Amino acid sequence: MTTLRDAESRSKGWGTARSAPPPGRGDRRPTQRRRRLQRILGEHPLGLLLSAPYTAFVVIVFLVPFGFGVWMAFHDFFFTAPGVAVPHPFVGLDNFRQVVDDASVRQAFGNLLVFLVVNLPLTVVLALLLATGLDAVVHWKGFFRVSYYIPYVTASVATLAVWIFMFNGNGVVNRLLGDLAPDPTWLANQHLIMPLIAVYVTWKNLGFYVLLFLAGLQAVPQELHEAAKVDGAGAWRRFRTVTLPGVRPVTSLVVLLSIIMTGQIFTEPYLLTGGGPNGASMTPALLMYQKGIQQGKPDVAAAIGMILVLAVMILSLVSRRLTERRS
Amino acid sequence: MATNATPATAGTPRTTEEHSDRAGHGLLAALRFAVLLVGAFLALVPFYYMIVGALQKERDTSILGLLPLPGNLTLDNFVGVNSSIDLLGSLLNSLIMTAGVVGCTLVLGLLVGYALAVLSFRGQGLVFALVLLVQAIPFQLLMVPLYVMVVRYFNLADSYLGMILPFAINSVAVLIFRQYFLQIPRDVFDAARIDGASELRILVSVAVPLVRPAVLTAMLVTFIGPWNEFLWPFLVTKDAAMQPLAVSLANFSQANSTFQANPMGAVLAGACVLAIPAVVLFLLFQRHFKSANLGSALKG
Repeated sequence: MTTLRDAESRSKGWGTARSAPPPGRGDRRPTQRRRRLQRILGEHPLGLLLSAPYTAFVVIVFLVPFGFGVWMAFHDFFFTAPGVAVPHPFVGLDNFRQVVDDASVRQAFGNLLVFLVVNLPLTVVLALLLATGLDAVVHWKGFFRVSYYIPYVTASVATLAVWIFMFNGNGVVNRLLGDLAPDPTWLANQHLIMPLIAVYVTWKNLGFYVLLFLAGLQAVPQELHEAAKVDGAGAWRRFRTVTLPGVRPVTSLVVLLSIIMTGQIFTEPYLLTGGGPNGASMTPALLMYQKGIQQGKPDVAAAIGMILVLAVMILSLVSRRLTERRS
Repeated sequence: MATNATPATAGTPRTTEEHSDRAGHGLLAALRFAVLLVGAFLALVPFYYMIVGALQKERDTSILGLLPLPGNLTLDNFVGVNSSIDLLGSLLNSLIMTAGVVGCTLVLGLLVGYALAVLSFRGQGLVFALVLLVQAIPFQLLMVPLYVMVVRYFNLADSYLGMILPFAINSVAVLIFRQYFLQIPRDVFDAARIDGASELRILVSVAVPLVRPAVLTAMLVTFIGPWNEFLWPFLVTKDAAMQPLAVSLANFSQANSTFQANPMGAVLAGACVLAIPAVVLFLLFQRHFKSANLGSALKG
């Protein structure tokens, strides 16, 4: 590895210039020391120094809590008064068993699936539709782009306040629907609340995904479109055979990001319903807050967190397989 | 609209097929415009309603209430929400938290982004893997242990440091900087090296000025997160005097403030105060969300 990298660095620009003529006696030793340092630390040791603060932060606020969380999930951990030393015995899979046996946990994970079924197709189709339009439109392009992005830059706490205003029992949406208004109403309806949250999240994040798709569309070579046009392909045919394959990496990324975001849903159910009705909008993240911090069982919450991350990872891998192989 | 031939294709003779395509083209363009318009309408309507609702004297959820009726307009809701939560103090808390996060993110992100894109050193792959790892693992896994550490062990509850700490590193910012540095042609750096500039000098005098647009982009992207963040500050601040606006507003809306003349209006007024700074900043700087033209670095 070292020799390989050395050979590589010697073949690069200034490396050759320095190593080709044998250096004079005077500057030979510092050069050698520098060489040795570079052999150990790489061509630019400065890089280590520049990465150090970031890496330190990753360790403190990421790796240590990560390890702590895993440790917690396998031990009997509870809050104590500061300074009091109590044993936290190893309990194996007890916390996990408690989590799996808990019907409310299973329901919370099921709710995420309902969310995904609504959110994923809606996000991909609408974002691609708007991005395709945005890519081709001539007038008002900036206005459209900005409009779609505004929900994304606005705080959930603020936008959720309006959604509550619009969707509660005598809100304007039910007034508009008249007799078609659902009963029980949106926020109290256990079949509608999770789809409503999924629609809200789609609305909130769509602008971000539109921008991603737009960048992907602009990376599709114009020549391919021209060539397909010359071959007599219509607009729909060109969209299917040139645009869709061209943006497949972006689609894959959008699906991946949506899945990761799904695991984090907390604010929406917390503010809209508190997890109700009957746990129909409970999510694992909200459950972790309730169990870990409100009820003082951080070990159980940590176990839920590990299961959640595992589920998100498996789903991400499956989605990558599906979105990248389809051809 | 149909004749937007680019300079490159303007010179080539048009086929008859393309001419017959134009009528369909116009229809498609109109349809496209309609779809985009509906999208913009749906994206913006809640904001319109947020403002109208915040200005209503009495809550009016009728269809007519969608219009700002002159008889039902008032600024009382802003006064009302301000009597329950200290708007100015909360805004200041939001601002301090945001400034701390953005500052840390920019400095740490720029350094790592530069190191990853331009330099080559041992452990580079590991550092990049760490950046991606931070990006990939959801915050929820860390939520409980971080809470225990920050609040119980570090004693940072109700402090700015406690609010800022988990957001001080931001992988998106690192990736933005890395991407910008990668876009700068290697020749720019090699030229500086041949001129005898040290690596540190190259970073300060060549790289940083070149990525100024990236600094702005990273700033705008990271500003949104802490300003809007609810969950973490909600966990670590119990003292109302330390809470950022997102947290105090959420608590206010949960508290079912029935003593307010128009409780919903007061919540929406608070929502406006929370939303406006982020939206205005985005509107002011939205053109910087496009990637900058860096080709000029090599000219001359």
